[in-house]
Amino acid sequence: MATTTVQETESIWKGGRSPFKVSYGKLMMWFFLLSDAFTFSSLLVFYGAARYSLADVWPLPDMVFNHFPLVGHYHLPLFFVSLMTFILIFSSVTMVLAVEAGHRNSHKEVGKYMLWTIIGGLAFLGCQAWEWSVFIGDGAKLYSNNFGLTADGKSYAEGLKVFGHYEWSEGLRTAGPAQFSSLFFLVTGFHGFHVFSGVVLNIIVYINVLFGTYERRGHYEMVEKVGLYWHFVDLVWVFVFTFFYLI
Amino acid sequence: MSTTSHLETETHGHDDHHGHEHHKETFISKYVFSMDHKMISRQFLITGIIMGCIGVFMSILFRLQLAWPSESFGIIETFLGKWGKDGILDPNFYLALVTIHGTIMVFYVLTAGLSGTFSNLLIPLQIGARDMASPFMNMLSYWFFFLSSIVLISSFFVETGPASAGWTVYPPLSALEKAMPGSGLGMTLWLVAIILFIVSSLLGGINYISTVLNMRTKGMSMDRMPLTIWSFFFTAVLGLLSFPVLLGAGLFLIFDRSFGTSFYLSDIYLNGIGALDNVGGSPVLYQHLFWFLGHPEVYIILMPALGITSEVIANNARKPIFGYTAMVISLLGISFLSFIVWGHHMFITGMNPFLGTVFMFVTLIIAVPSAVKTFNYLATLWKGNIRFTPAMLFAIGLVSLFITGGLTGIYLGNAALDIQLHDTYFVVAHFHLVMGSASIFGMFAGIYHWYPKMFGKMMNNTLGYFHFWLTFISAYVVFFPMHFMGLAGVPRRYYEFTLVPEFGIWMDVNVVITIAAIVGGLAQVFFLYNFFVNIFKGEKATQNPWQSNSLEWTTPVEHIHGNWPGPLPVVYRGPYEYSVPGRELDYYPQNIPSDGEDDIHHTETVKVDEPTIETPTTEVDSSKVLFASFAKLFGLNRA
Repeated sequence: MATTTVQETESIWKGGRSPFKVSYGKLMMWFFLLSDAFTFSSLLVFYGAARYSLADVWPLPDMVFNHFPLVGHYHLPLFFVSLMTFILIFSSVTMVLAVEAGHRNSHKEVGKYMLWTIIGGLAFLGCQAWEWSVFIGDGAKLYSNNFGLTADGKSYAEGLKVFGHYEWSEGLRTAGPAQFSSLFFLVTGFHGFHVFSGVVLNIIVYINVLFGTYERRGHYEMVEKVGLYWHFVDLVWVFVFTFFYLI
Repeated sequence: MSTTSHLETETHGHDDHHGHEHHKETFISKYVFSMDHKMISRQFLITGIIMGCIGVFMSILFRLQLAWPSESFGIIETFLGKWGKDGILDPNFYLALVTIHGTIMVFYVLTAGLSGTFSNLLIPLQIGARDMASPFMNMLSYWFFFLSSIVLISSFFVETGPASAGWTVYPPLSALEKAMPGSGLGMTLWLVAIILFIVSSLLGGINYISTVLNMRTKGMSMDRMPLTIWSFFFTAVLGLLSFPVLLGAGLFLIFDRSFGTSFYLSDIYLNGIGALDNVGGSPVLYQHLFWFLGHPEVYIILMPALGITSEVIANNARKPIFGYTAMVISLLGISFLSFIVWGHHMFITGMNPFLGTVFMFVTLIIAVPSAVKTFNYLATLWKGNIRFTPAMLFAIGLVSLFITGGLTGIYLGNAALDIQLHDTYFVVAHFHLVMGSASIFGMFAGIYHWYPKMFGKMMNNTLGYFHFWLTFISAYVVFFPMHFMGLAGVPRRYYEFTLVPEFGIWMDVNVVITIAAIVGGLAQVFFLYNFFVNIFKGEKATQNPWQSNSLEWTTPVEHIHGNWPGPLPVVYRGPYEYSVPGRELDYYPQNIPSDGEDDIHHTETVKVDEPTIETPTTEVDSSKVLFASFAKLFGLNRA
């Protein structure tokens, strides 16, 4: 096992340094995200299994989520959730800008972009609250919903086509697959909880930015760490959006 | 700073991130909310031992019922009160005992107590780090574990008793509050306890991984890490990726239990209640999610024990470990395979036979890395200059149990045979030998071996020998006959064999098993006495009592924060260079520079305490010996 000193300095795995030149904190954040990705995977795999087994009666998402605030009663499939997605992705962009400003040690800009990210996160949460309340108002409960077949055997989507969105009275709808609303509340709720935690973390970091903690420390690594988390939450939303709304 | 106890001394021995925020240590910051990895490892160990005592005691209580069904035992009434009225164990509480015994042993003793203890103790010490990457999160990891233990134990004190759906808590039994008494509040507390446990495991796991990757000292390349570190590393990766899936499964179960959802429940018919309102759920989904954790979990339990065994066997055979790289690759192989074999727990759930065949195939492949490890242990022992310390005996015991229990795994992994063997005592025998006993033996090996490092005292060898032989014999006497019961079709979790006439023939065997279990339980008294008394009264340990190569023995006996008083040690070679030819000592510590053999005696910080260790003076050609023994075996003696 005699190795020369030349080899020892060449390899990044020989000890005495971080192989990837990352701090332990960032490494831990990566591994936490890996673990969290498995949690979300288990939820989404469950969703896949449930939906596949109930494929005949599963409601069409763009017929259920077709409301938009303040514009009146029009059939606007997935318009609002697209806006939500845009808001969240945009907050990821401002997070990138905050991290980038941190690399330049630009105290002021970090604060500015962190604030925008927080606003984006809060806006997303607000949108989700509205989305949930409309869904609940349409008759969705955690353990049941009425997005099932119509009394004469037509699916919810077909019923909409026949009766038009608002003429179709609730009385015509029957119970839909309970797991449709259960999984929606559980998974989007779990994601919303992640966003909420992210906003709290962002606010803590933002306060520290304002107080100049990181300026004194000489680097803005904390901003990078919460940035990693924020991008992860954003990435998870892309999957949630795809599975729950798009397909 | 200050010296407040013989156990731990504060020095300015730390150089990086965690060294800044130091205050004067108080009793609380030192023994309770300690951030020092050595203290946290002792906390894990002692909590694990206490939980282990509770778990083993439960098993003896239900073994009494199995051996002498419906006979009155004062001890049952004393401890279980209304569940042991007139000294007879309540049938529902029999299930509760089985469930909590399994939960405690699997999660609290063999996951947290084993990997929590030794990962915390050995990762920083063996890779040459001052502490864990994040000492604070390390502390949180212990306290989440502690809280989790408290919640689980507290479920004994609720009116309806603790969870009773088996340690796997399959729905619908676990999802329907009315199903049985244990499905009530006790089940909720079980779920809360496990979620706290998952948090603890996550906080510990990301710490272990980051520390191993980032904080190895100079020269400690990955291929110079002791196999213990490799095993802790892979264990942490397994935990990191499998526990979150249990979190998902637990979330669904909590929703089903408490909020009326139908994830695992469908319109099944309940006696006395009628059909449920639930529609569309499937309990098999729970089994998939659970076993996606559950199978890696058995390797989370076993792999640290295997790593400890590698270290103890190489050290006490005074030989380099046979096939270091093969050992690492087997660990990697086992880790990977453990994620794709969960279906072999579910062969008879109505799974597509083709899928069953795939799961069977990957399951049987695990025999390959397992066999590589076994043969490497045997090859390491072969012609070694063996010291039979208690730690070594337990390590060899692990190898024995691993072979015995591992072989029956090949039977159970077979989808066709599983039709007969599923949920019988054959399964109980299999996992208790290969996962339960083997891992406990690895844990004992680790405790006997590193006790001098943990507490600065020596354990008593004679008590250790009594402990080993009684435990070893009773482990086999308890679990080996269960194979035959299982082959005959006796199902596990039955309260009373006498209810089924065909099982009556097993009653005598049950008595033997129970007596052996009681002997095995009492044998642990030797250990407990040895462990707890010697913390205070033991003979003071020397710095390197086992003449070991690895870095943990270069630290002072008295624990100091930051581990090494001076600069961090530099590593020059692998950890298993024992009996190196041409060297005066039969070991070659990792931190001794190799150039200039003369320097050794000056730089050697390790005092040799037992010069009686004999190094073989003449080289023996091992192949000649091997062939000669074969020749003898087949009567081909040339002489």
